Amino acid sequence: MTEYLIKNGFVFDPVLKLKGEKADVAIRDGKIVETTEVKKPKVIDASGMTVMAGGVEIHAHIAGPKVNSGRIFRPEDKLFNTVPVKKNMRAQGGFSIPTTYKTGYAYAQLGYTTAMEAAMPPLFARHVHEEMRDTPILDEGAYPVFGNNWFVLEYIKNREVENTAAYIAWLLRATKGYAVKSVNPGGTEAWGWGLNCLQVNDPVPYFDVTPDEITRGLIEANEYLGLPHSLHIHGNNLGNPGNYTTTLDTLKAASGQKAKNKFGRETILHHTHVQFHSYGGDKWANFESKAREIIDYINKHKNITADVGFVTLDETTTMTADGPFEYHLSQLNHLKWVNADVELETAAGVVPYVYSPDIFVCGVQWAIGLEIALLAKDPMRVFISTDHPNAGPFTRYPRILKWLMSAKAREEQIKAFKQSDKVVNSSEIAGIDRELDLYEVAAMTRAGPAKCLGLSHLYGSLKPGVDGDVAVYDFNPEKEHTPDQIEKAFSSVKYLFKRGEKIIDNHEIVSHGNKRTLWVDVKVNENLQVMRDIQEKFMKYYTVTLGNYEVHGRHFIPNPFALEVDATR
Amino acid sequence: MSTVTLVAKAKPQLFLEMESVTPDAFAGKKASDIAELPVYEGNTTLRLADFFEVRGDGGTTAADTKIVIKGDATRLKYVGMRMTAGEIEVEGSIDQYVGAWMEGGRIHVHGNTDAFTGVGMKGGEILIDGNAGNYLGAAYRGDWRGMQGGRIHVKGNAGSDIGYYMNGGTIVVEGDVDVHVGSHMDGGRIVIKGNAKSKVGGQMVTGEIFILGTLEVMMPGFIYRKDVDIEVEGVNGKFALFEGDTAERHPKKKGQTVYGRLYLKV
Amino acid sequence: MTKTVTDVICPFCGTLCDDIEVVLSDDGKKILEVVNACAIGAQKFHHAMAEDRPKKPRMKQPDGTYKEVSYDEAVEYTAQMLANAKKPLLYGWSSTSCEADSIGNEITELCGGCVDNTAAVCHGTTLIALQDVGVPSCTLGEVRNRADRIIYWGCNPAHAHPRHMSRYSIFPRGFFTGKGSQSRKVIVVDPRVTDTAKLADYHYQVEQGRDYELLQAFRTALKGEWLPDTVAGIPKEKIYEGAEVMKSGRFGIIFFGMGVTQSLSKNHNIDAAICLTKELNTYTKFTIMPMRGHYNVTGHGEVLGWQYGFPYSVDISRGYARYNPGDTSTIDLLLRGEVDAFFSIATDPGAHFPIDAVRRISELPSVAVDPFITPTTEVSKLHVPVAFVGIEVGGNAYRMDNVPIDCRKVIDPPEGVLTDEQFLERVLKRIRELKGVK
Repeated sequence: MTEYLIKNGFVFDPVLKLKGEKADVAIRDGKIVETTEVKKPKVIDASGMTVMAGGVEIHAHIAGPKVNSGRIFRPEDKLFNTVPVKKNMRAQGGFSIPTTYKTGYAYAQLGYTTAMEAAMPPLFARHVHEEMRDTPILDEGAYPVFGNNWFVLEYIKNREVENTAAYIAWLLRATKGYAVKSVNPGGTEAWGWGLNCLQVNDPVPYFDVTPDEITRGLIEANEYLGLPHSLHIHGNNLGNPGNYTTTLDTLKAASGQKAKNKFGRETILHHTHVQFHSYGGDKWANFESKAREIIDYINKHKNITADVGFVTLDETTTMTADGPFEYHLSQLNHLKWVNADVELETAAGVVPYVYSPDIFVCGVQWAIGLEIALLAKDPMRVFISTDHPNAGPFTRYPRILKWLMSAKAREEQIKAFKQSDKVVNSSEIAGIDRELDLYEVAAMTRAGPAKCLGLSHLYGSLKPGVDGDVAVYDFNPEKEHTPDQIEKAFSSVKYLFKRGEKIIDNHEIVSHGNKRTLWVDVKVNENLQVMRDIQEKFMKYYTVTLGNYEVHGRHFIPNPFALEVDATR
Repeated sequence: MSTVTLVAKAKPQLFLEMESVTPDAFAGKKASDIAELPVYEGNTTLRLADFFEVRGDGGTTAADTKIVIKGDATRLKYVGMRMTAGEIEVEGSIDQYVGAWMEGGRIHVHGNTDAFTGVGMKGGEILIDGNAGNYLGAAYRGDWRGMQGGRIHVKGNAGSDIGYYMNGGTIVVEGDVDVHVGSHMDGGRIVIKGNAKSKVGGQMVTGEIFILGTLEVMMPGFIYRKDVDIEVEGVNGKFALFEGDTAERHPKKKGQTVYGRLYLKV
Repeated sequence: MTKTVTDVICPFCGTLCDDIEVVLSDDGKKILEVVNACAIGAQKFHHAMAEDRPKKPRMKQPDGTYKEVSYDEAVEYTAQMLANAKKPLLYGWSSTSCEADSIGNEITELCGGCVDNTAAVCHGTTLIALQDVGVPSCTLGEVRNRADRIIYWGCNPAHAHPRHMSRYSIFPRGFFTGKGSQSRKVIVVDPRVTDTAKLADYHYQVEQGRDYELLQAFRTALKGEWLPDTVAGIPKEKIYEGAEVMKSGRFGIIFFGMGVTQSLSKNHNIDAAICLTKELNTYTKFTIMPMRGHYNVTGHGEVLGWQYGFPYSVDISRGYARYNPGDTSTIDLLLRGEVDAFFSIATDPGAHFPIDAVRRISELPSVAVDPFITPTTEVSKLHVPVAFVGIEVGGNAYRMDNVPIDCRKVIDPPEGVLTDEQFLERVLKRIRELKGVK
């Protein structure tokens, strides 16, 4: 394999504590190595440029049934939004829900090399894997959803942590999943009857267990197994005025517990898209930001991480396993609504949404996202996301960087709101003058998510031994920049390497790389009860046979990469 | 106003995609430059000059550019697509997507047009002396924002699904129409001077549909309110006013529910 | 000793039953018995055993007879035809695997053509409707475990999807439906007294072509609004009563078929049915699902969806994908004379298309890929026989509720016969050479 030496760039790496110092980065055999270990490298002149590890996306909806429902039911999202076939590139299309090829290329162009699909319905795992296979360049994994799964509800109700854990291990293998995801715990099962669980103590119909118990039970099982990633939760009551108290209740499930794993992860609960969960007021008219209440709690509790879910003020497509929420949203905006309930497991909904800068609530949502990131004290625990495509497409990350790195850019946006005064009065964004630097950005987009995912041995830094994932941006941090120059510089990486292979050369995609599918292979003690339960449920209640459930084969996972966990005792 | 005349000299084997034929694209160009503009036949890119003789230069702006198409235009698609100003005159009949997503200016077709004429139209005017096909002034697939403004006038008949998801503007058909007029309509006005079949105003939220001829079958969700004397498109008369579609959700204005209005000539 | 293969997936209809057991002869080469499948499904498996299957590609001669040619020649003809066309149309893809579909899409993209599946003549209108208003749906297991209101509208599963009612809807006992059919009320809407209608608690004999009016009337009735005395031939009392039956359940589902997707109003019928379903969710839980026909028509739509963003009728002639049925849809492309080559695979347009469209196919350079001789192969210039997907080769397929199930190989194909994937891979490779791309 070609050796590379990326010379004289300004390097930002929280793991190596490099804050823009000029340094060289060497790649050999797909890995970062000491600069002395390359013999005849191709030299990339990065002088005057910013060098970081490849970006790590911790939460995006980019592959699987609901994403594809979004694509299929929104032809208008592609209208005048396509890119024809080019050398080395397949046809591309779509703005808020790009095709798989566009997804791979667009992440690469932003300097990202790894992305996690945030919600995999287990019964549809094959679909998720087929889409990931067709998403070039990126290493990807997917989180199967557990928070409304009948096995989990029953085991947790009976306080059977070993059985919960054994079932998790079995399902991760059957679906080739990466982590334990929980979406609106209990509420989505309730949606099977058109109901919901809005608060953490609302019992789930029939199953008679509460969202709080589900969350605590899943954290316990996750740490019992010692999985690479923590429990990844989308709490109850998303999107409603006054929901920040529910969010605080959800976060309390983590109190006093410690991470147990061999992957270097120190946190036990990841709360995703907290922007959607930091709302005050009790109706839309008095809607307000409670970002400070939420981020203060996260700042103080070092076993919690979060990603933001920034609102980008675009027309987009919302999609989530929170079935009742999407129904509720379609009742608010009266746009088309997809719902897909999945037997014994979960549900999903999809609704287009227009975040208009003319609407007061959208302005406050925009402010909340930025407040969370700007008030965060530990950038290694608060990550950049748009909950793609829910709060906006990931292709807007450069615009978010602009808002985070420039108070002036935020001021301009505030002025552009139709109800600017109301937005300012209902949030504290106008009073925040902090501007993030690239070291903090590198933590929030690389080192932080990699660590939280238990993947810091592969990604997130330029430390010798990790994968040769390197992004070089045409951005000189020593110079002054206008807000739009920031956005432009981070919109198109000058060079990108993935596992040592050059993917982007002078802004052009030159290779599809050799993407891998990450999954977690957990060994547990033989558990006859769980195996009996699985057989019984498949016999009686599933409409596919047990023999046809597990995903395997090259078609779905041409290049698997299993993280092995031994949880036998 | 400068006039550019395109005289058909060769017939394509398949169809030609002609979105480069707009006053916007021709403005500021000499005949020789216009002749070099691309047209597409399937996967092959050709020049306008391969199929047309180009006479005359474009004006300085779109607004003072007029395009005249002479000869067989029945295999030309997308003429006038997204145009913002100026004029296009088609001396015969033309194929699909004339004036699609048009924002301004004027198109006059002496013959017939095929489907998707004025689809997603925002403004401007389309006049068709002959008949129009299906999906006249309709929304693009999946878009809840259909025709926003402008005017389409058909002297002959029109097909099915006219004014689909219409939000504004006016469609006038002097002849008869096929099924589904103004489905999901939420604003705008459709006037049918001839006869309509059925499924008129189905799922309509707001807006107005006038039928001066007959209607074979009324949708169940329309309720007769009263007779009114009005003038529409130069015709005075007594109309029976129906409101609907009651199956649909309707907005409220000053405490009053606003319905779609369907006027049937008495 | 005979050998039994279990958990076999039936490659017939969108019900995609996956509990079939196939008994093979001692040498594993013959299918002796098919257990659990419906009569049509079992017939599919036995059909694979037919002795008269062509085993080599057949090229039509000027005198109308066929001459056997090698697969190499067949690959060359197909690649040349597709690579040289200005706008080739690649149609079918509904009875083959997603693996094959994916290669077909790449060929279409590389050649600058159009790709379409059988939705174009059955549930495409459903897809148009869900693009307009969405679709609240669920997996079939949700129906089995929860549903107490079952509506079949414009479909006759007793004949077209024979195991649908017993596996998923009317009869099974599920988690919350322990009493099976006793806990359910069944409504059938059909102008005819079908075998499915005979099972119904309520049969609405809607006037032909007036489903749209009846659906809208149900919506009006739900709101308690005024209705004329009869709608679509149904007295208004029956409509109000039906609306009450729907509302009063705990979990309902509307299954619908070609009786509404291809009759007058087409997508509007489905649009209204979806809107009815949405509104029922303000009273209870309600869902809706199309009765997809070919076992993997859903799958081809999904693959097109993630690769191009549209579920059928995709025009990639300009290097990017466009979609607009009426323009980019197969029948329109053929009848309007928009395409100059026709490739069909895994379906039989010769048997299903209007005669003018079939005539058009016969006039074009054309290739038909199919395990058997069909009306389509007989109007095509080249017939390429292939292995039977789902029996002689595995591959992924999507059930009518979008659940992906990996089909199994049960027996080997006849010696020397390629699979769809193998044939398409070779065509793709040759086209790459012809076009000079790596």
